[in-house]
Amino acid sequence: MATTAIERPALALRAPRRPIHAVAHYALPAFTIVAIGYLLLPIAVMILFSFNDYSGKFNFAWRGFTLYGWLHPFDWQGLGPAVQTSVFVATISTVFATILGTLIGLALTRYQFRGRGAINGLIFLPMATPEIVMGASLLTLFVASAVQPPFKDVVPRGLLYPLGVQTILVAHIMFNISYVVVTVKARLAGFDRRLEEAAMDLGANEWTTFWRVTFPLIFPGILAAALLAFSLSIDDFIITNLVSGSTTNTFPIWVYSIQKNALPLQINVIGSIVFLGAVGLVALSTVIQARRR
Amino acid sequence: MTATTGDFGAPMRTHGRGWRQRIGRATPYLLLAPGILWLLIFFVVPSVQMFLTSVSTGSVDSGFKLTFSSKAYETAFTRFPRQLTNSLVYGGLATVLTFLIGFPVAYTIAFRGGRYKNLLLFLVIAPFFTSFLIRTISWKILLNDTGPVIGPLKDAGLVPESFGLLYTPLAVVAGITYNFLPFMVLPLYVALEKIDPRLIEAAKDLYASNIGAFRRVTFPLALPGVFAGSILTFIPALGDWVNAELLGNTQTKMIGNVIQDRFIGQGDYPVAAALSFILMAGILVAVSLYARFLGTEQLTG
Repeated sequence: MATTAIERPALALRAPRRPIHAVAHYALPAFTIVAIGYLLLPIAVMILFSFNDYSGKFNFAWRGFTLYGWLHPFDWQGLGPAVQTSVFVATISTVFATILGTLIGLALTRYQFRGRGAINGLIFLPMATPEIVMGASLLTLFVASAVQPPFKDVVPRGLLYPLGVQTILVAHIMFNISYVVVTVKARLAGFDRRLEEAAMDLGANEWTTFWRVTFPLIFPGILAAALLAFSLSIDDFIITNLVSGSTTNTFPIWVYSIQKNALPLQINVIGSIVFLGAVGLVALSTVIQARRR
Repeated sequence: MTATTGDFGAPMRTHGRGWRQRIGRATPYLLLAPGILWLLIFFVVPSVQMFLTSVSTGSVDSGFKLTFSSKAYETAFTRFPRQLTNSLVYGGLATVLTFLIGFPVAYTIAFRGGRYKNLLLFLVIAPFFTSFLIRTISWKILLNDTGPVIGPLKDAGLVPESFGLLYTPLAVVAGITYNFLPFMVLPLYVALEKIDPRLIEAAKDLYASNIGAFRRVTFPLALPGVFAGSILTFIPALGDWVNAELLGNTQTKMIGNVIQDRFIGQGDYPVAAALSFILMAGILVAVSLYARFLGTEQLTG
Protein backbone atom coordinates (compact mmCIF):
# COMPACT_ATOMS: atom_id res chain seq x y z
CA MET A 1 0.00 0.00 0.00
CA ALA A 2 2.66 2.40 1.09
CA THR A 3 4.67 2.16 -2.09
CA THR A 4 1.67 2.61 -4.35
CA ALA A 5 0.80 5.79 -2.48
CA ILE A 6 4.21 7.20 -3.27
CA GLU A 7 4.33 6.37 -6.92
CA ARG A 8 0.83 7.67 -7.69
CA PRO A 9 0.73 11.41 -7.10
CA ALA A 10 -2.15 12.20 -9.48
CA LEU A 11 -4.04 9.13 -8.40
CA ALA A 12 -7.51 10.48 -8.99
CA LEU A 13 -6.97 10.88 -12.70
CA ARG A 14 -5.21 7.70 -13.68
CA ALA A 15 -7.00 4.43 -14.25
CA PRO A 16 -6.35 1.93 -11.49
CA ARG A 17 -4.14 -1.09 -12.01
CA ARG A 18 -5.20 -3.35 -9.20
CA PRO A 19 -8.58 -5.09 -9.50
CA ILE A 20 -9.75 -3.92 -6.07
CA HIS A 21 -9.20 -0.33 -7.20
CA ALA A 22 -11.02 -0.98 -10.43
CA VAL A 23 -14.12 -1.92 -8.44
CA ALA A 24 -13.95 1.33 -6.50
CA HIS A 25 -13.19 3.21 -9.70
CA TYR A 26 -16.30 2.09 -11.53
CA ALA A 27 -18.61 1.32 -8.58
CA LEU A 28 -19.03 4.92 -7.48
CA PRO A 29 -20.09 6.35 -10.86
CA ALA A 30 -22.32 3.34 -11.43
CA PHE A 31 -23.96 3.80 -8.04
CA THR A 32 -24.45 7.50 -8.75
CA ILE A 33 -26.10 6.80 -12.07
CA VAL A 34 -28.47 4.30 -10.43
CA ALA A 35 -29.30 6.78 -7.64
CA ILE A 36 -30.02 9.54 -10.16
CA GLY A 37 -32.17 7.07 -12.08
CA TYR A 38 -34.12 6.48 -8.85
CA LEU A 39 -34.61 10.24 -8.51
CA LEU A 40 -35.79 10.66 -12.08
CA LEU A 41 -37.93 7.52 -12.37
CA PRO A 42 -41.17 9.00 -10.97
CA ILE A 43 -40.77 12.00 -13.29
CA ALA A 44 -40.37 9.70 -16.28
CA VAL A 45 -43.49 7.84 -15.15
CA MET A 46 -45.39 11.11 -14.82
CA ILE A 47 -44.49 12.21 -18.36
CA LEU A 48 -45.05 8.76 -19.89
CA PHE A 49 -48.44 8.33 -18.24
CA SER A 50 -49.59 11.74 -19.51
CA PHE A 51 -49.90 9.91 -22.86
CA ASN A 52 -51.69 6.88 -21.43
CA ASP A 53 -55.02 5.92 -23.01
CA TYR A 54 -56.20 4.55 -19.67
CA SER A 55 -59.59 3.11 -18.91
CA GLY A 56 -61.60 3.39 -15.73
CA LYS A 57 -60.98 6.11 -13.16
CA PHE A 58 -57.34 5.60 -12.32
CA ASN A 59 -54.44 6.27 -14.65
CA PHE A 60 -52.47 3.36 -13.17
CA ALA A 61 -51.82 0.73 -15.85
CA TRP A 62 -50.44 1.39 -19.33
CA ARG A 63 -53.12 0.82 -22.01
CA GLY A 64 -51.84 2.59 -25.11
CA PHE A 65 -50.87 5.96 -26.52
CA THR A 66 -53.12 9.02 -26.70
CA LEU A 67 -52.67 12.78 -27.03
CA TYR A 68 -56.04 13.48 -25.43
CA GLY A 69 -54.64 14.83 -22.18
CA TRP A 70 -52.28 17.23 -23.93
CA LEU A 71 -55.04 18.47 -26.23
CA HIS A 72 -57.45 19.00 -23.33
CA PRO A 73 -55.18 19.95 -20.41
CA PHE A 74 -57.89 21.62 -18.30
CA ASP A 75 -60.72 19.26 -19.11
CA TRP A 76 -61.67 18.36 -15.54
CA GLN A 77 -64.02 19.98 -13.06
CA GLY A 78 -62.20 22.56 -10.93
CA LEU A 79 -58.74 22.06 -12.45
CA GLY A 80 -58.58 25.36 -14.36
CA PRO A 81 -59.51 27.56 -11.38
CA ALA A 82 -57.12 25.62 -9.12
CA VAL A 83 -54.19 26.21 -11.48
CA GLN A 84 -55.17 29.89 -11.72
CA THR A 85 -55.23 30.22 -7.93
CA SER A 86 -51.84 28.50 -7.68
CA VAL A 87 -50.22 30.87 -10.18
CA PHE A 88 -51.87 33.91 -8.58
CA VAL A 89 -50.80 32.93 -5.05
CA ALA A 90 -47.27 32.03 -6.15
CA THR A 91 -46.82 35.32 -8.05
CA ILE A 92 -48.14 37.63 -5.32
CA SER A 93 -46.41 35.80 -2.46
CA THR A 94 -43.13 35.76 -4.41
CA VAL A 95 -43.25 39.53 -4.98
CA PHE A 96 -43.99 40.29 -1.31
CA ALA A 97 -41.59 37.73 0.16
CA THR A 98 -38.80 38.81 -2.21
CA ILE A 99 -39.15 42.48 -1.25
CA LEU A 100 -39.43 41.83 2.50
CA GLY A 101 -36.67 39.20 2.48
CA THR A 102 -34.26 41.30 0.39
CA LEU A 103 -34.66 44.25 2.77
CA ILE A 104 -33.83 41.97 5.72
CA GLY A 105 -30.88 40.51 3.80
CA LEU A 106 -29.55 44.04 3.11
CA ALA A 107 -29.94 45.02 6.77
CA LEU A 108 -28.18 41.89 8.01
CA THR A 109 -25.18 42.11 5.69
CA ARG A 110 -24.50 45.82 5.54
CA TYR A 111 -25.34 47.27 8.94
CA GLN A 112 -24.29 46.78 12.53
CA PHE A 113 -27.20 46.84 14.92
CA ARG A 114 -28.40 45.48 18.22
CA GLY A 115 -30.41 42.25 18.19
CA ARG A 116 -28.75 40.68 15.17
CA GLY A 117 -28.61 37.28 16.88
CA ALA A 118 -32.31 37.34 17.65
CA ILE A 119 -33.13 38.34 14.07
CA ASN A 120 -30.96 35.52 12.68
CA GLY A 121 -32.75 33.10 14.99
CA LEU A 122 -36.14 34.35 13.89
CA ILE A 123 -35.14 33.85 10.25
CA PHE A 124 -33.82 30.34 10.92
CA LEU A 125 -36.75 29.05 12.99
CA PRO A 126 -39.40 28.83 10.24
CA MET A 127 -36.99 26.72 8.15
CA ALA A 128 -36.45 24.36 11.09
CA THR A 129 -40.15 23.98 11.84
CA PRO A 130 -42.02 21.14 10.13
CA GLU A 131 -44.62 22.42 7.71
CA ILE A 132 -47.43 20.67 9.54
CA VAL A 133 -46.60 22.59 12.72
CA MET A 134 -46.43 25.95 10.92
CA GLY A 135 -49.68 25.33 9.09
CA ALA A 136 -51.38 24.15 12.25
CA SER A 137 -50.31 27.14 14.30
CA LEU A 138 -51.42 29.55 11.55
CA LEU A 139 -54.77 27.80 11.45
CA THR A 140 -55.21 28.25 15.22
CA LEU A 141 -54.40 31.95 14.81
CA PHE A 142 -56.85 32.38 11.93
CA VAL A 143 -59.63 30.62 13.81
CA ALA A 144 -58.80 32.55 16.99
CA SER A 145 -59.10 35.81 15.03
CA ALA A 146 -62.79 35.04 14.67
CA VAL A 147 -63.63 33.64 18.11
CA GLN A 148 -60.89 34.28 20.70
CA PRO A 149 -61.00 37.54 22.73
CA PRO A 150 -57.69 39.37 22.26
CA PHE A 151 -57.57 38.59 18.52
CA LYS A 152 -61.32 38.90 17.92
CA ASP A 153 -61.29 42.56 18.96
CA VAL A 154 -58.16 43.53 17.00
CA VAL A 155 -58.55 41.73 13.68
CA PRO A 156 -61.24 43.13 11.36
CA ARG A 157 -64.07 40.68 10.81
CA GLY A 158 -63.64 38.57 7.68
CA LEU A 159 -59.95 39.49 7.17
CA LEU A 160 -58.43 36.18 8.27
CA TYR A 161 -61.53 34.05 8.75
CA PRO A 162 -63.30 32.46 6.87
CA LEU A 163 -60.16 31.00 5.30
CA GLY A 164 -59.47 31.66 1.62
CA VAL A 165 -56.93 32.99 -0.89
CA GLN A 166 -55.89 35.73 1.55
CA THR A 167 -54.89 33.26 4.28
CA ILE A 168 -52.95 31.14 1.78
CA LEU A 169 -51.08 34.33 0.73
CA VAL A 170 -50.29 35.22 4.34
CA ALA A 171 -48.88 31.72 4.95
CA HIS A 172 -46.84 31.58 1.74
CA ILE A 173 -45.28 35.01 2.27
CA MET A 174 -44.39 33.93 5.82
CA PHE A 175 -42.60 30.69 4.94
CA ASN A 176 -40.90 32.22 1.88
CA ILE A 177 -39.29 35.18 3.70
CA SER A 178 -36.60 33.04 5.38
CA TYR A 179 -35.59 31.34 2.14
CA VAL A 180 -35.29 34.71 0.37
CA VAL A 181 -33.17 36.13 3.21
CA VAL A 182 -30.78 33.17 3.13
CA THR A 183 -30.40 33.29 -0.66
CA VAL A 184 -29.91 37.06 -0.86
CA LYS A 185 -27.46 37.01 2.08
CA ALA A 186 -25.33 34.41 0.30
CA ARG A 187 -25.07 36.74 -2.71
CA LEU A 188 -24.38 39.84 -0.62
CA ALA A 189 -21.65 38.10 1.38
CA GLY A 190 -19.21 38.28 -1.52
CA PHE A 191 -20.07 41.88 -2.35
CA ASP A 192 -17.17 44.28 -2.89
CA ARG A 193 -18.09 47.49 -1.03
CA ARG A 194 -15.29 49.37 -2.80
CA LEU A 195 -17.42 49.44 -5.95
CA GLU A 196 -19.95 51.58 -4.11
CA GLU A 197 -17.25 53.77 -2.63
CA ALA A 198 -15.88 54.31 -6.13
CA ALA A 199 -19.32 55.39 -7.37
CA MET A 200 -19.68 57.82 -4.49
CA ASP A 201 -16.16 59.18 -5.01
CA LEU A 202 -17.24 59.92 -8.56
CA GLY A 203 -20.08 62.04 -7.19
CA ALA A 204 -23.05 59.70 -7.16
CA ASN A 205 -25.40 60.01 -4.20
CA GLU A 206 -26.64 57.02 -2.16
CA TRP A 207 -29.79 56.61 -4.22
CA THR A 208 -27.98 56.60 -7.57
CA THR A 209 -25.26 54.36 -6.19
CA PHE A 210 -27.80 51.86 -4.98
CA TRP A 211 -29.72 51.66 -8.24
CA ARG A 212 -26.77 51.91 -10.63
CA VAL A 213 -24.17 49.83 -8.76
CA THR A 214 -25.52 47.84 -5.83
CA PHE A 215 -28.81 46.63 -7.25
CA PRO A 216 -27.49 45.37 -10.62
CA LEU A 217 -24.78 43.43 -8.75
CA ILE A 218 -27.13 41.75 -6.30
CA PHE A 219 -29.93 41.27 -8.84
CA PRO A 220 -28.95 37.66 -9.74
CA GLY A 221 -29.24 36.79 -6.04
CA ILE A 222 -32.66 38.44 -5.83
CA LEU A 223 -33.79 36.64 -8.96
CA ALA A 224 -32.60 33.29 -7.61
CA ALA A 225 -34.44 33.99 -4.36
CA ALA A 226 -37.62 34.89 -6.25
CA LEU A 227 -37.45 31.70 -8.34
CA LEU A 228 -36.97 29.63 -5.18
CA ALA A 229 -39.91 31.37 -3.50
CA PHE A 230 -42.11 30.84 -6.55
CA SER A 231 -41.34 27.14 -6.77
CA LEU A 232 -41.84 26.62 -3.01
CA SER A 233 -45.14 28.43 -3.17
CA ILE A 234 -46.56 26.73 -6.24
CA ASP A 235 -45.72 23.27 -4.88
CA ASP A 236 -46.75 23.79 -1.26
CA PHE A 237 -49.32 21.32 -0.04
CA ILE A 238 -49.08 20.63 3.71
CA ILE A 239 -49.37 24.24 4.93
CA THR A 240 -51.82 25.27 2.21
CA ASN A 241 -54.06 22.33 3.02
CA LEU A 242 -54.45 23.59 6.58
CA VAL A 243 -55.04 27.27 5.81
CA SER A 244 -57.01 27.17 2.54
CA GLY A 245 -60.45 26.38 3.94
CA SER A 246 -62.95 24.21 2.14
CA THR A 247 -63.79 26.42 -0.84
CA THR A 248 -60.40 27.53 -2.20
CA ASN A 249 -58.25 25.07 -4.14
CA THR A 250 -54.68 25.39 -5.35
CA PHE A 251 -53.38 22.82 -7.84
CA PRO A 252 -51.80 20.52 -5.19
CA ILE A 253 -54.94 20.73 -3.03
CA TRP A 254 -57.06 19.86 -6.05
CA VAL A 255 -54.82 16.90 -6.91
CA TYR A 256 -55.01 15.61 -3.36
CA SER A 257 -58.77 15.98 -3.14
CA ILE A 258 -59.35 14.16 -6.42
CA GLN A 259 -56.73 11.37 -6.15
CA LYS A 260 -58.89 9.28 -3.81
CA ASN A 261 -61.64 8.98 -6.43
CA ALA A 262 -59.88 9.35 -9.76
CA LEU A 263 -56.48 10.00 -11.32
CA PRO A 264 -57.13 11.86 -14.56
CA LEU A 265 -54.50 12.30 -17.28
CA GLN A 266 -54.62 16.05 -16.76
CA ILE A 267 -52.70 15.74 -13.46
CA ASN A 268 -49.77 14.26 -15.39
CA VAL A 269 -50.12 16.80 -18.19
CA ILE A 270 -50.04 19.85 -15.89
CA GLY A 271 -47.21 18.26 -13.89
CA SER A 272 -45.24 17.66 -17.09
CA ILE A 273 -45.85 21.20 -18.35
CA VAL A 274 -44.56 22.67 -15.06
CA PHE A 275 -41.54 20.33 -15.10
CA LEU A 276 -40.61 20.96 -18.74
CA GLY A 277 -41.18 24.71 -18.32
CA ALA A 278 -38.86 24.84 -15.31
CA VAL A 279 -36.19 22.75 -17.04
CA GLY A 280 -36.50 25.00 -20.09
CA LEU A 281 -35.99 28.12 -17.97
CA VAL A 282 -32.89 26.64 -16.34
CA ALA A 283 -31.48 25.60 -19.72
CA LEU A 284 -32.19 29.06 -21.15
CA SER A 285 -30.49 30.85 -18.25
CA THR A 286 -27.47 28.54 -18.57
CA VAL A 287 -27.18 29.33 -22.27
CA ILE A 288 -27.52 33.09 -21.64
CA GLN A 289 -24.88 32.99 -18.91
CA ALA A 290 -22.53 31.01 -21.14
CA ARG A 291 -23.00 33.58 -23.94
CA ARG A 292 -22.21 36.49 -21.62
CA ARG A 293 -18.83 35.06 -20.76
CA MET B 1 -22.85 49.95 17.59
CA THR B 2 -21.00 52.25 15.18
CA ALA B 3 -23.08 52.10 12.09
CA THR B 4 -21.14 51.43 8.94
CA THR B 5 -23.52 53.92 7.38
CA GLY B 6 -21.75 56.69 9.29
CA ASP B 7 -18.86 56.90 6.85
CA PHE B 8 -21.16 56.26 3.93
CA GLY B 9 -21.02 59.34 1.71
CA ALA B 10 -20.06 61.53 4.63
CA PRO B 11 -17.04 63.18 2.98
CA MET B 12 -19.13 64.18 -0.03
CA ARG B 13 -21.64 66.45 1.63
CA THR B 14 -21.46 68.30 4.90
CA HIS B 15 -24.85 69.99 5.01
CA GLY B 16 -27.68 68.32 6.95
CA ARG B 17 -25.42 65.73 8.55
CA GLY B 18 -27.41 65.46 11.77
CA TRP B 19 -30.60 64.63 9.91
CA ARG B 20 -28.80 62.21 7.68
CA GLN B 21 -27.08 60.47 10.54
CA ARG B 22 -30.31 59.98 12.38
CA ILE B 23 -31.85 58.37 9.29
CA GLY B 24 -28.65 56.40 8.83
CA ARG B 25 -28.84 54.92 12.30
CA ALA B 26 -32.47 53.97 11.82
CA THR B 27 -31.87 52.47 8.37
CA PRO B 28 -31.27 48.83 9.41
CA TYR B 29 -34.38 48.87 11.56
CA LEU B 30 -36.45 50.40 8.77
CA LEU B 31 -35.21 47.70 6.39
CA LEU B 32 -35.95 44.95 8.89
CA ALA B 33 -39.31 46.20 10.10
CA PRO B 34 -41.77 44.96 7.47
CA GLY B 35 -40.41 41.42 7.10
CA ILE B 36 -39.72 40.91 10.79
CA LEU B 37 -43.18 42.21 11.70
CA TRP B 38 -44.67 39.70 9.26
CA LEU B 39 -42.72 36.87 10.90
CA LEU B 40 -43.64 38.06 14.40
CA ILE B 41 -47.35 38.26 13.60
CA PHE B 42 -47.62 35.14 11.48
CA PHE B 43 -44.95 32.88 12.97
CA VAL B 44 -44.25 33.83 16.60
CA VAL B 45 -47.78 34.84 17.62
CA PRO B 46 -49.38 31.68 16.13
CA SER B 47 -46.77 29.50 17.86
CA VAL B 48 -47.59 31.09 21.21
CA GLN B 49 -51.29 30.84 20.45
CA MET B 50 -50.88 27.17 19.61
CA PHE B 51 -49.10 26.50 22.88
CA LEU B 52 -51.94 28.24 24.74
CA THR B 53 -54.45 26.14 22.78
CA SER B 54 -52.66 22.95 23.82
CA VAL B 55 -53.29 23.78 27.49
CA SER B 56 -56.89 24.94 26.89
CA THR B 57 -60.18 23.10 26.86
CA GLY B 58 -63.17 23.67 24.61
CA SER B 59 -64.26 23.30 21.01
CA VAL B 60 -64.08 25.33 17.79
CA ASP B 61 -67.71 26.45 18.13
CA SER B 62 -67.74 27.42 21.81
CA GLY B 63 -64.21 28.84 21.79
CA PHE B 64 -61.29 27.70 23.91
CA LYS B 65 -60.76 28.46 27.57
CA LEU B 66 -57.26 28.70 28.96
CA THR B 67 -57.34 26.19 31.81
CA PHE B 68 -53.66 25.15 31.88
CA SER B 69 -54.85 21.57 31.73
CA SER B 70 -52.39 18.89 30.68
CA LYS B 71 -55.22 16.70 29.46
CA ALA B 72 -54.42 17.23 25.77
CA TYR B 73 -50.84 16.06 26.36
CA GLU B 74 -52.04 13.00 28.25
CA THR B 75 -54.43 12.18 25.41
CA ALA B 76 -51.65 12.69 22.88
CA PHE B 77 -49.32 10.24 24.59
CA THR B 78 -51.88 7.63 25.56
CA ARG B 79 -53.92 7.56 22.37
CA PHE B 80 -51.25 8.03 19.73
CA PRO B 81 -48.09 6.23 20.89
CA ARG B 82 -48.06 4.19 17.69
CA GLN B 83 -48.12 7.24 15.45
CA LEU B 84 -45.44 8.95 17.51
CA THR B 85 -43.21 5.87 17.23
CA ASN B 86 -43.93 5.52 13.51
CA SER B 87 -42.80 9.11 12.91
CA LEU B 88 -39.56 8.58 14.80
CA VAL B 89 -38.80 5.20 13.18
CA TYR B 90 -39.75 6.14 9.60
CA GLY B 91 -38.15 9.58 9.85
CA GLY B 92 -34.98 8.12 11.38
CA LEU B 93 -34.76 5.25 8.88
CA ALA B 94 -35.34 7.58 5.94
CA THR B 95 -32.61 9.93 7.20
CA VAL B 96 -30.12 7.06 7.50
CA LEU B 97 -31.08 5.76 4.05
CA THR B 98 -30.79 9.19 2.39
CA PHE B 99 -27.33 9.43 3.94
CA LEU B 100 -26.26 5.98 2.74
CA ILE B 101 -27.49 6.73 -0.78
CA GLY B 102 -26.61 10.42 -0.76
CA PHE B 103 -23.03 10.29 0.46
CA PRO B 104 -21.58 8.20 -2.40
CA VAL B 105 -23.55 10.33 -4.86
CA ALA B 106 -22.32 13.62 -3.40
CA TYR B 107 -18.78 12.21 -3.17
CA THR B 108 -18.78 11.09 -6.79
CA ILE B 109 -20.15 14.40 -8.06
CA ALA B 110 -17.69 16.43 -5.97
CA PHE B 111 -14.51 14.44 -6.71
CA ARG B 112 -15.22 12.64 -9.96
CA GLY B 113 -17.85 14.85 -11.59
CA GLY B 114 -15.41 16.63 -13.86
CA ARG B 115 -17.19 18.60 -16.54
CA TYR B 116 -20.47 16.84 -15.80
CA LYS B 117 -20.63 18.32 -12.29
CA ASN B 118 -23.32 20.90 -13.03
CA LEU B 119 -25.38 18.50 -15.11
CA LEU B 120 -25.30 15.87 -12.36
CA LEU B 121 -26.27 18.43 -9.73
CA PHE B 122 -29.10 19.59 -11.93
CA LEU B 123 -30.36 16.01 -12.25
CA VAL B 124 -30.26 15.65 -8.47
CA ILE B 125 -32.50 18.69 -7.97
CA ALA B 126 -34.70 17.95 -11.01
CA PRO B 127 -37.40 16.32 -8.82
CA PHE B 128 -38.00 19.75 -7.26
CA PHE B 129 -39.40 20.88 -10.58
CA THR B 130 -42.27 18.45 -10.22
CA SER B 131 -44.98 18.64 -7.66
CA PHE B 132 -44.21 16.68 -4.50
CA LEU B 133 -47.71 15.15 -4.60
CA ILE B 134 -47.45 14.04 -8.23
CA ARG B 135 -44.09 12.37 -7.57
CA THR B 136 -45.63 10.46 -4.68
CA ILE B 137 -48.58 9.46 -6.86
CA SER B 138 -46.05 8.23 -9.47
CA TRP B 139 -44.69 5.89 -6.82
CA LYS B 140 -48.20 4.51 -6.48
CA ILE B 141 -48.15 3.71 -10.19
CA LEU B 142 -44.67 2.18 -9.92
CA LEU B 143 -45.26 0.11 -6.80
CA ASN B 144 -48.81 -1.17 -7.24
CA ASP B 145 -49.35 -4.92 -7.39
CA THR B 146 -49.48 -5.12 -11.19
CA GLY B 147 -47.14 -2.18 -11.80
CA PRO B 148 -43.81 -2.12 -13.63
CA VAL B 149 -41.79 -3.13 -10.54
CA ILE B 150 -43.83 -5.95 -9.02
CA GLY B 151 -45.57 -7.18 -12.21
CA PRO B 152 -42.46 -8.54 -13.98
CA LEU B 153 -41.15 -10.05 -10.72
CA LYS B 154 -44.42 -11.92 -10.32
CA ASP B 155 -44.48 -13.00 -13.96
CA ALA B 156 -40.99 -14.40 -13.57
CA GLY B 157 -42.08 -16.22 -10.43
CA LEU B 158 -39.48 -14.45 -8.31
CA VAL B 159 -42.00 -13.29 -5.74
CA PRO B 160 -45.24 -14.97 -4.63
CA GLU B 161 -48.57 -13.88 -6.11
CA SER B 162 -49.62 -12.40 -2.76
CA PHE B 163 -46.54 -10.16 -2.59
CA GLY B 164 -47.20 -6.44 -2.45
CA LEU B 165 -45.14 -3.32 -1.76
CA LEU B 166 -47.70 -0.54 -1.94
CA TYR B 167 -49.51 0.22 1.34
CA THR B 168 -46.68 -1.23 3.45
CA PRO B 169 -44.29 0.50 5.89
CA LEU B 170 -41.52 -0.23 3.40
CA ALA B 171 -43.29 1.85 0.74
CA VAL B 172 -43.70 4.71 3.22
CA VAL B 173 -40.00 4.70 4.14
CA ALA B 174 -39.02 4.44 0.46
CA GLY B 175 -41.31 7.35 -0.39
CA ILE B 176 -39.90 9.58 2.37
CA THR B 177 -36.34 8.60 1.42
CA TYR B 178 -37.08 9.48 -2.19
CA ASN B 179 -38.68 12.82 -1.41
CA PHE B 180 -35.89 14.11 0.81
CA LEU B 181 -32.82 12.63 -0.91
CA PRO B 182 -31.88 15.88 -2.70
CA PHE B 183 -31.94 17.71 0.67
CA MET B 184 -29.21 15.30 1.80
CA VAL B 185 -27.10 15.32 -1.37
CA LEU B 186 -26.83 19.11 -1.77
CA PRO B 187 -25.30 20.02 1.64
CA LEU B 188 -23.02 16.95 1.45
CA TYR B 189 -21.87 18.07 -1.98
CA VAL B 190 -21.22 21.62 -0.79
CA ALA B 191 -19.11 20.31 2.14
CA LEU B 192 -17.16 17.79 0.03
CA GLU B 193 -16.58 20.24 -2.81
CA LYS B 194 -14.88 22.68 -0.40
CA ILE B 195 -12.28 20.10 0.65
CA ASP B 196 -8.84 20.86 -0.71
CA PRO B 197 -7.76 17.70 -2.59
CA ARG B 198 -4.17 18.41 -1.54
CA LEU B 199 -5.13 17.54 2.05
CA ILE B 200 -6.14 14.06 0.93
CA GLU B 201 -2.97 13.74 -1.14
CA ALA B 202 -0.93 14.84 1.85
CA ALA B 203 -2.54 12.11 3.95
CA LYS B 204 -1.62 9.56 1.32
CA ASP B 205 1.91 10.91 1.05
CA LEU B 206 2.11 10.32 4.77
CA TYR B 207 1.31 6.66 4.13
CA ALA B 208 -2.41 6.68 4.87
CA SER B 209 -4.32 4.02 2.96
CA ASN B 210 -7.26 5.10 0.79
CA ILE B 211 -9.65 4.09 3.54
CA GLY B 212 -7.50 5.68 6.22
CA ALA B 213 -7.36 8.99 4.32
CA PHE B 214 -11.11 8.91 3.87
CA ARG B 215 -11.77 8.11 7.51
CA ARG B 216 -9.26 10.55 8.99
CA VAL B 217 -9.41 13.44 6.49
CA THR B 218 -12.28 13.46 4.00
CA PHE B 219 -15.11 12.38 6.27
CA PRO B 220 -14.28 14.66 9.23
CA LEU B 221 -14.08 17.61 6.84
CA ALA B 222 -17.48 16.68 5.42
CA LEU B 223 -19.16 16.58 8.86
CA PRO B 224 -20.82 20.02 8.57
CA GLY B 225 -22.50 18.74 5.41
CA VAL B 226 -23.55 15.51 7.14
CA PHE B 227 -25.05 17.57 9.92
CA ALA B 228 -26.90 20.01 7.65
CA GLY B 229 -28.13 17.21 5.39
CA SER B 230 -29.45 15.11 8.25
CA ILE B 231 -31.28 18.06 9.78
CA LEU B 232 -32.75 19.11 6.43
CA THR B 233 -33.99 15.54 5.90
CA PHE B 234 -35.02 14.54 9.41
CA ILE B 235 -37.17 17.57 10.24
CA PRO B 236 -39.50 17.43 7.22
CA ALA B 237 -39.48 13.60 7.33
CA LEU B 238 -40.66 13.64 10.93
CA GLY B 239 -43.50 16.02 10.13
CA ASP B 240 -44.51 14.41 6.83
CA TRP B 241 -47.87 12.72 6.50
CA VAL B 242 -48.42 12.61 2.73
CA ASN B 243 -46.23 9.53 2.12
CA ALA B 244 -47.90 7.67 5.00
CA GLU B 245 -51.31 8.63 3.62
CA LEU B 246 -50.71 7.77 -0.04
CA LEU B 247 -48.26 4.86 0.20
CA GLY B 248 -49.13 3.38 3.60
CA ASN B 249 -52.05 1.77 5.39
CA THR B 250 -53.99 2.52 8.58
CA GLN B 251 -51.18 1.06 10.69
CA THR B 252 -48.47 3.29 9.18
CA LYS B 253 -50.01 6.65 10.13
CA MET B 254 -47.54 9.18 11.43
CA ILE B 255 -47.90 12.04 13.87
CA GLY B 256 -48.55 14.44 10.99
CA ASN B 257 -51.58 12.39 9.92
CA VAL B 258 -53.05 12.74 13.39
CA ILE B 259 -52.37 16.49 13.62
CA GLN B 260 -53.90 17.00 10.19
CA ASP B 261 -56.95 14.89 11.04
CA ARG B 262 -57.49 16.41 14.51
CA PHE B 263 -57.34 19.93 13.10
CA ILE B 264 -59.34 19.54 9.90
CA GLY B 265 -61.46 16.46 10.47
CA GLN B 266 -62.26 16.54 14.18
CA GLY B 267 -61.77 20.16 15.18
CA ASP B 268 -59.98 18.82 18.27
CA TYR B 269 -57.56 21.73 18.52
CA PRO B 270 -56.05 21.15 22.00
CA VAL B 271 -54.86 17.60 21.22
CA ALA B 272 -53.65 18.60 17.75
CA ALA B 273 -51.76 21.55 19.25
CA ALA B 274 -50.27 19.30 21.94
CA LEU B 275 -49.09 16.85 19.28
CA SER B 276 -47.52 19.70 17.29
CA PHE B 277 -45.68 20.81 20.38
CA ILE B 278 -44.47 17.32 21.15
CA LEU B 279 -43.18 17.13 17.57
CA MET B 280 -41.36 20.47 17.88
CA ALA B 281 -39.90 19.51 21.26
CA GLY B 282 -38.73 16.18 19.84
CA ILE B 283 -37.01 17.96 16.97
CA LEU B 284 -35.31 20.48 19.27
CA VAL B 285 -34.01 17.70 21.53
CA ALA B 286 -32.85 15.59 18.57
CA VAL B 287 -31.11 18.53 16.89
CA SER B 288 -29.30 19.68 20.03
CA LEU B 289 -28.19 16.15 20.96
CA TYR B 290 -27.01 15.62 17.41
CA ALA B 291 -25.18 18.96 17.41
CA ARG B 292 -23.38 18.00 20.63
CA PHE B 293 -22.57 14.55 19.27
CA LEU B 294 -21.06 15.91 16.08
CA GLY B 295 -19.55 18.89 17.85
CA THR B 296 -20.89 21.26 15.24
CA GLU B 297 -22.09 24.61 16.42
CA GLN B 298 -23.14 25.96 13.07
CA LEU B 299 -26.76 25.14 12.47
CA THR B 300 -27.09 26.71 9.08
CA GLY B 301 -23.92 25.19 7.67
